[in-house]
Amino acid sequence: MTTATDVPVRRRGVLRAVLATARGRITAGFLLLLFACCLLAPVIAPADPLHQNLQEILRTPSGAHWLGTDSLGRDVLSRLLYGGRSSIVGILEGVAAQLVVAVPLGVATGYLGGRFDRFVMRLADIVMSVPVIVILLAILAIFDHSIAAAMITLGVLGASGMMRIIRGTAMTVRQELYVSAAELLGLSRTQIIFRHILPRCRGVIIVQTSLFAALAIGIQTGLTFLGLGPPPPAATWGGMVNEAATTLSTQPWLLAPSGGLIALTVLALGVLGDTVRDVTAQNHTSSGGLRVKPARRRPDVAQAPVPEGTALLSVRDLSVSFLTPRGEVEVLTGVGFDLDAGQTLGLVGESGSGKSVTARAVLGLLEANGAVTGGSVIFDGRDLTRATRRQLAALRGTRIALISQEPMVALDPSFRIGSQLSEIVRSHARLSREAARRRVLELMEMVELPDPEEMAKRYPFQISGGMAQRVAIAAALAGSPDLLIADEPTTALDVTVQADVLALLRRLQRETGMAVLLVTHDWGVVADICTHVAVMYAGQVVEQAPVEQVFGAPAHPYTAALMASSPEKAPRRTPIDAIAGAVPPPGAHPDGCRFRDRCALSAAECADDDIPLVRLNEERVSRCIRTELLQAQP
Amino acid sequence: MGRLIFHRAAMSIPLLLIVSLIIFGLEAIVPGDAASTILGQNATPQSVAALRGQLGLNDPWVVRFGHWLGGALHGDLGTSIISGVDVTSSLNGRLAVTLSLLVPTILLSAVAGVALGFASAVRGGALGRFIDVVSLFGFALPSFWVALILVGFFAVHLNLLPATGYQDLAASPAGWLKSIILPVLALSLQGITYVAKQTRDTVMEVLETDYVKFLRANGVPERSVRYRHVLRNAAIPVVTSLGLVSVGMLSGAVFIENVFVLPGLGSLATQATLDHDIPVILGVGVFFTLCVIAINLLIDFAYGLLNPKVRVS
Ligand code: SF4
Repeated sequence: MTTATDVPVRRRGVLRAVLATARGRITAGFLLLLFACCLLAPVIAPADPLHQNLQEILRTPSGAHWLGTDSLGRDVLSRLLYGGRSSIVGILEGVAAQLVVAVPLGVATGYLGGRFDRFVMRLADIVMSVPVIVILLAILAIFDHSIAAAMITLGVLGASGMMRIIRGTAMTVRQELYVSAAELLGLSRTQIIFRHILPRCRGVIIVQTSLFAALAIGIQTGLTFLGLGPPPPAATWGGMVNEAATTLSTQPWLLAPSGGLIALTVLALGVLGDTVRDVTAQNHTSSGGLRVKPARRRPDVAQAPVPEGTALLSVRDLSVSFLTPRGEVEVLTGVGFDLDAGQTLGLVGESGSGKSVTARAVLGLLEANGAVTGGSVIFDGRDLTRATRRQLAALRGTRIALISQEPMVALDPSFRIGSQLSEIVRSHARLSREAARRRVLELMEMVELPDPEEMAKRYPFQISGGMAQRVAIAAALAGSPDLLIADEPTTALDVTVQADVLALLRRLQRETGMAVLLVTHDWGVVADICTHVAVMYAGQVVEQAPVEQVFGAPAHPYTAALMASSPEKAPRRTPIDAIAGAVPPPGAHPDGCRFRDRCALSAAECADDDIPLVRLNEERVSRCIRTELLQAQP
Repeated sequence: MGRLIFHRAAMSIPLLLIVSLIIFGLEAIVPGDAASTILGQNATPQSVAALRGQLGLNDPWVVRFGHWLGGALHGDLGTSIISGVDVTSSLNGRLAVTLSLLVPTILLSAVAGVALGFASAVRGGALGRFIDVVSLFGFALPSFWVALILVGFFAVHLNLLPATGYQDLAASPAGWLKSIILPVLALSLQGITYVAKQTRDTVMEVLETDYVKFLRANGVPERSVRYRHVLRNAAIPVVTSLGLVSVGMLSGAVFIENVFVLPGLGSLATQATLDHDIPVILGVGVFFTLCVIAINLLIDFAYGLLNPKVRVS
């Protein structure tokens, strides 16, 4: 729960977090140094920026002139320092104008909403399209080459971006519970704005300000480059580039200090903005730039001997790691189970148990930052973890197919349903367009889609979730796979539709004889369709057994607890009513039994060692050393 | 689709009004006007007053704005207070130059940016990091400075291309091409790198979507996944970013035209600024705004074509 007292902590946090990164320290340090040097130019500059010495023109850097001299023999370093003053003043004017416009308008539109909001947003939309440069030129003409007027105008016209973001934040804050609570407590609007909304926008404001400052430097130097700023002898960065241009053929070096410093300043501001954005971003998701994989096992074409056994799919000791900002984290540890043709194995567990990762690992489709680090996935006598990309690709769709959790996002939104199905059909078999079309209609009928002809012409956003899941099933069946992996196939659907889709899956399985690996957290689904169950917890399988045995009497406290937490689905009440706590995040498991902290039966011995899988009978294993206590419960 | 285009077209009227109102309004509230500008500092108060009357500057500014607007609607943007030349016709003569710079730049940014961004996203590794770094430099290096470096190398040092000047496309296609290569390159740097970065980020996002996983998992060949599905879906946000960067290029064009002494709208506007020639600046404002409107319409159109949700409704 966020409260007002959290805010100052987070506020200091932004600065500290930025300075904790190398690029944050470098860019902030550079900008501060630049700022200080320019500010102190009258004290530290080695020479008078206007002092000419026609004896020493166009010199390259030397002890006397660190950055050389220009065409009038003036000291380049001194001119840069003095020129920086006008650039910095320009940035500050622009930034101030932007803040003065964006912050109050953003807060007001977001917090008040209504007609005022609509009007301002409409106006902001239009202002976004104004060709800013012409307005700036007009301002410079009217205000007699006043860069200050131009920068203030730039700030005002450029305020809409920041305003939009602040408005968004203000709207979120307004809707959040704690503000409604604050309103009830009698806080005034001003207090809410200053205590709740503005602190939250802090990161956004810093990001936008530094990006805007980068833009402003570009424009300010551009305008002075065009000679539209303070008249000649005065030093400006853009003006120095312009002077350098006149001696381009005789002394090209002169371009370097002025242009280079502009570029460095813009670069520092841009990178600083990005850094702040990164550290304030709420979620470091996969798009966060981490693209390196943990060491993946080499594909091994000469296959290692495959262990005996007749199962269609046999997962042995499978370990998977992900590379996260905190380092490599193991999310699956020694996962194993078997699945025969015609069987349906339910992978059951809470979210975070690793069941979906297991399913994706079987397919060889882990996220870019994940990799199999150990164990094997034997499918039809071949180890898929050692298969090459090409071998895996050849299996997909024809031998192993997938339907996923969110049917609405599983279909490509840009293509018609018929075209997607037809492409999948044609990637399995060489078919003419017409033959593919017939096969598509046949598949659509098979999954009981009404009016296939019409349905094929629709886009995914034009059909319901249940329909989309049927389309996905049709796609998966297109290659007549031997194994169907279904990742929570009904979770996202309406309750009424769930039963239909399950019935469809059951029927198709009966007709085709394929094996199904079903990921679910719903015991009702398990009871409905599965023949076997593998219960997963914190990256391990903790119990595997035929479904009747599990429902008869769970042999692991976690299985029991999981069933108890969905009482209407579980056939029998078990000792633990609900599971307190949550699955420990990967890499933070307790020693010994991973379920120890939440287990009602845990004892001292549970902490001693990793708990092995205990074989209870021919078909049943459990990762608990005190199962007999559980069996003994009434 | 129709509604989207209509909405954008309807927005263009207030946009044009706002641009001209800002310029007109500011000029009206600031002391010093066209009459004293024309006559210079040595003018007598009497002659200034006479010229004011002649130019209609004694009317309230609303009246003058109405007058200007009435003319503008008929394609008459007034006359330059310096040269007395008709603004509309002098702008028309220069539009081709600016378009010769803008259109190739936008096309190059789109093609090279998408190609680089896409390649770096699907290849990853070194190319990806290279794009990340280069896009930072594309953002940081001022275009006029890049232009000067290009001139220093290709024109002064290698003597391959002209340093300045413009040749008409109709008069000499080869000369035209030579005269725009360096300006287009200098102006494209920012566009290419920006589009490349946006493409890279979008493609990486699309590669992680459920539907790409679903297509792969069910046997669609990787080539089709990438070039049909990923490219198509990534195109929608990329087109939007191309629009943004194209509008931004108008500012860059002003700087670049000055570096290369191209007789386009930007260099005209710069000269007009030095001369305090407001009617010309207003005219350039109208032309630039029309460019923005055209770019936005094209982008909306492309967006509508790419996005079935817009196309179908
Ligand atoms: S090993 Fe101990 S802690 Fe773990 S499930 Fe069994 S009883 Fe509970």
